Amino acid sequence: MMQTISIIRSRTVVLTHRNIDTDQILPARFLTTTSRHGLGPHLFADWRYDDQQNPNKDFPLNQVDPAEYQVLVTGDNFGCGSSREHATWALLDYGFSVVISTQIADIFRSNALKNGLLPIIVEPKIHGWLTRHAGEFVEIDLQEQSLTMANGNIVGFPIDPFAKTCLLNGVDPLGFLLQQEAEIAAYEKSDS
Amino acid sequence: MSSQTQTLFEKVWNRHVVVPESNDTPATLYIDLHLIHEVSSPQAFSLLREKNLPVRRPEKTLATLDHSTPTDPEPAARTIPIVTADVARQIQALQDNCAKFGIQLYDLDSDHRGIVHIIGPEQGLTRPGMTIVCGDSHTSTHGAFGALAFGIGTTEVAHVLATQCLLQNKPASMAINITGSLTDGVSAKDLILAIIGKIGVRGGLGHVIEYRGETIDSLSMEQRMTVCNMSIEAGARAGMIAPDQVTFDYLEGREKMPTGARWSELLKSWQDLSSDKNAAFDRQVDIDAGGMRPMITFGTNPGMVMSINDCIPEKGTDESLDKALAYMGLKHGQTLLGQKIDIVFIGSCTNARISDLREAASLLRNRKIAKGLRMLVVPGSQAIKKQAESEGLAQIFIDAGAEWRESGCSMCIAMNGDTVPRGQYVLSTSNRNFEGRQGSGARSILASPLTAAATAINGKISDPVELM
Repeated sequence: MMQTISIIRSRTVVLTHRNIDTDQILPARFLTTTSRHGLGPHLFADWRYDDQQNPNKDFPLNQVDPAEYQVLVTGDNFGCGSSREHATWALLDYGFSVVISTQIADIFRSNALKNGLLPIIVEPKIHGWLTRHAGEFVEIDLQEQSLTMANGNIVGFPIDPFAKTCLLNGVDPLGFLLQQEAEIAAYEKSDS
Repeated sequence: MSSQTQTLFEKVWNRHVVVPESNDTPATLYIDLHLIHEVSSPQAFSLLREKNLPVRRPEKTLATLDHSTPTDPEPAARTIPIVTADVARQIQALQDNCAKFGIQLYDLDSDHRGIVHIIGPEQGLTRPGMTIVCGDSHTSTHGAFGALAFGIGTTEVAHVLATQCLLQNKPASMAINITGSLTDGVSAKDLILAIIGKIGVRGGLGHVIEYRGETIDSLSMEQRMTVCNMSIEAGARAGMIAPDQVTFDYLEGREKMPTGARWSELLKSWQDLSSDKNAAFDRQVDIDAGGMRPMITFGTNPGMVMSINDCIPEKGTDESLDKALAYMGLKHGQTLLGQKIDIVFIGSCTNARISDLREAASLLRNRKIAKGLRMLVVPGSQAIKKQAESEGLAQIFIDAGAEWRESGCSMCIAMNGDTVPRGQYVLSTSNRNFEGRQGSGARSILASPLTAAATAINGKISDPVELM
């Protein structure tokens, strides 16, 4: 369920490719599950493993210990394509809590925010520095909406205010919607 | 800019606002039609169970089986073999959830079953001015009717089930103005591929696109659905087309469409569903469709696309293109005409409607597909399957050497037994040429049903115009 996020300090893993779609994040053959859990082992399956299902040594995720690397820095337009929320679940199950890119696809961003995976958009210049410094520590302060890089630079990032409240306080958007029962009933009455 | 003028999108949006957007909270938007399928719904029902919540308006949700459902031809028994135990569980979960929560399901043996974005319009459930959502990104298809239709995640599926509403920030608007007539052999698929090529796979990010202009006006509803279907491939939140007489003629008399006075009322309520003159869009793009050729993809996203007679771009600084071509086994600067193809797939929510099948059959009539090539023709719904059989189209495909299958998503998503083997080339009428989309290591090339048929006949990528 909804995890709360406040301050995250972690090393980064970098995938430079642009337009990484959700079929790469979690291939469709793993969508036959009826659970939200256990998808981490299949994250980026076709890039992470070779034809024989052995780890591909060149793939960045295979070079680090997930426990120390909670921040994924990716190329532009991350999470495009399919709406599968399984992609978000797989990233979280693997151990990521933040995705940083220059642009993040709409449905993926919405799914991420609802599950406690923080999507952060940064300027290309900042993104360039982060991609050149894979493995360095970053610190993310959601309350302050700030990203502190290993060189000491601090940059702000935008986030939808409602999503911020939900993430900081563990507010469930469904609970918020359910509280609007009177308004919803009134709308249904006027629309019928 | 007058505050009185509104775009089509704004009109539909405004009519569905239950609680307006504030500085701190998104708008609460009412959802008229919710479509669900076996893959993105089980975890949503689990959420309802965890919270002990009912489905608020079960009659506003419709379920079908399409994604993981096999398409093996087993017409007599309708005992379609399920590919894995996981899939069997998933299908069972939808059956159980629909029974428990009182939701109508088009089950495996239903004549109404089909791909979720095909059956909504087919039965007259998709209507102008509606808000329509589904846990599937190609929900944008329904925008062809002037509905605001978009894909959502599974958590949002639960929100709609529990409240019939979604929390949404209002997207920006983009007009794509299209002029010029499509020439023979150039289809709606080519048009949308060209648009994605022009604005790019992130060109529509954060926007609802309205496709407009004389070219759009001249398209049939099925062609308009093909255009709106791929809006998401440009990153857009949704795609819309203002309803007109073509729309109304398509809808009148559909199974779930009211008749008589109620139909007249509906018709009247749809009359103002177009963008006001001088309505302000956040962005405008102009497209000339006049000189367009059949389009074909060469890379690993739908934006890597060119005219069928063009050459793949020369090597530059784009590492994504280099990676894509390495995956595809193709070279900078080469043409794709004459490229050997292993499999041709006609199907998916983009191109599996009756007019798509008619187009493909028009080229395959009295012809055979190339030796050694596998061709699958997968109708978008059981109703389309039946119609194609009664029109003789199915026999044309069978006589040509193609496989004529049950309806479903099939080889577009390759999680149902229909997959492309590693390294093989598939010419596909579907919507995504992502790495591995049609099977691990599969090499997908997207094109129109006409190009697919021409390619199947020759066994290599071919310009359909030469066979017409």
